Amino acid sequence: MKRLLSIEFQKIWKNKASRVLSIAYFVILSLIALIASIKFDLGPIKIDLAETGIFNFPFIWHFNTYIAAILKFFLAVVIVSMMANEYSYGTLKQNLIDGMSKEEFIKSKFLTVLAFAGISTIFVFVMSLILGLSFSSYNEFSIIFSDLDYLLAYFVKLVGFFSFCLFLGILVKRSAFALGFLLIWSIFENIAYGLLKFKLFDGSEKVDTAFQFFPLESMSSLIVEPFTRLSFVKTIENQIGVDNLKNYSVDYLSIFIVLGWTVIFIFLSYKILKRRDL
Amino acid sequence: MLNRHILINRKTIILETILTITNLNKVYNKYVHAVKNLSLEIHKGNVYGILGPNGSGKSTTLGIVLNVVNKTSGDYQWFGGTMQTHDALKKVGAIIERPNFYPYMTAKENLELVCKIKNIPFTKVQEKLEIVRLTERMNSKFSTFSLGMKQRLAIASALLNDPEILILDEPTNGLDPQGIHQIRDIIRLIASQGTTILLASHLLDEVEKVCSHVLVLRKGEMLYSGTVDGMTNKQGFFELKAKDNIQLESVLENHPSVEKITEDDGKLLVYLKSDLASEELNQFLFQKNIVLQHLVKRKHSLEAQFLELTNNHQSN
Repeated sequence: MKRLLSIEFQKIWKNKASRVLSIAYFVILSLIALIASIKFDLGPIKIDLAETGIFNFPFIWHFNTYIAAILKFFLAVVIVSMMANEYSYGTLKQNLIDGMSKEEFIKSKFLTVLAFAGISTIFVFVMSLILGLSFSSYNEFSIIFSDLDYLLAYFVKLVGFFSFCLFLGILVKRSAFALGFLLIWSIFENIAYGLLKFKLFDGSEKVDTAFQFFPLESMSSLIVEPFTRLSFVKTIENQIGVDNLKNYSVDYLSIFIVLGWTVIFIFLSYKILKRRDL
Repeated sequence: MLNRHILINRKTIILETILTITNLNKVYNKYVHAVKNLSLEIHKGNVYGILGPNGSGKSTTLGIVLNVVNKTSGDYQWFGGTMQTHDALKKVGAIIERPNFYPYMTAKENLELVCKIKNIPFTKVQEKLEIVRLTERMNSKFSTFSLGMKQRLAIASALLNDPEILILDEPTNGLDPQGIHQIRDIIRLIASQGTTILLASHLLDEVEKVCSHVLVLRKGEMLYSGTVDGMTNKQGFFELKAKDNIQLESVLENHPSVEKITEDDGKLLVYLKSDLASEELNQFLFQKNIVLQHLVKRKHSLEAQFLELTNNHQSN
């Protein structure tokens, strides 16, 4: 395992584009801390984000994992190109000739996915802990370490998404097309959802039940948006009279669905690699 | 002690045959039959040339045994079938068609990556770069290399693990004369060290110069398998010229060793049924009062034999 990781690490780290993207990802990730300094001053409404409680434990776990997950596209590009490059350079063929088995090849790519997701999760954990300890109004041990399942959801979300990218990279063989496919797929899921729900089934709940099994939908429902949970947003909502009964906790069904997709993507990647003549 | 002896014995027997292919078939897209029921054996210490026109299934066959092309049916075994293909390939050095490396890594880094894949220490990198004379450029990016240098790096990479067998598919393709010469020298050097080599090429003089054995493929079928000498060592022919070629021809027609005579560019090409030494022929003609202006005994080149072999089968 160490051998496979070191092979992949060398492939990615020596590539300037991948290196820059990875570094940029972690730099921007740490910039989430800068949200603390955002202060709106709109005449009568004064909002100091650091004061609104977004850095309160345990809410911060929810907020930071949600924001951090948006940045996953940086690493998605790295992962797609890491796979597609192997095809365009002909190095996939050479790796196999040099004595790597196809199984090892997929394993090394998947280990990289796990490593990226794992490092991101640890990074977000440490960063949120520091931010929280400096800004949170609650500092009791039991509160700090409650709701940690957002980090689990974040990890699973990244693993699922990166596995999807990996699969597309192997399927399409060209990074630009694979990323295009990813975009088209997300549009497809949205349009299909809209069409089915509002045209064909007349707003039926069954459509929602079915759609939670779609890959991107299941990934995005892992961590529900945290904004309407903020106290100041809630205050506004109450004033307008909107009842918000949203469930903000991590949905464990989604976790299993995303893990299921991960297994499917990795398995299909292996099958494609196995069947294709290079 | 007895056990160990048997083990060592068995090991030597197993290593003798490096690769066995039995009844191998490959069909692309359901109708292109690229390899037809091919069987062959590669033995340790020989230098094999695989000859065949473009599309004869050379690269497909190599691709299959190198784990990058899936076979349709049949079987192959590395080193007597004692290990899995990908583990066996760690003891094989191979380059196929064009050199494949990461363009953004330096020569040294690329070789180190191969070391990691093959699970060997980095110590060999320097040594192999010296063999292919790339030490000076080892810290340059692969993308800055000329084709000749890329091909040499590929050879260095294939040699990294001191392989039991070196497989080269068209190693001089697209190179300039110097490049071809350099690669050829390297191949000869490696062959002289006792490494088994499998060289696929359609450049016949290349094969003739470096190989001891030859396999001829056409349309996925084996036409000939044996030594290079066995293929070229049929009776040769004479190129003769005298003042009066007509007289020369009429005299030679009655010689028992002569099979047929053709004329080409003012010279008579005399093909033989049985062996005849130049001195003997010269003496014979002198006795008949013919003095030659030109006498050369030629062997059939591998090229001529190859063309004859492939053409014969074409007409069938």
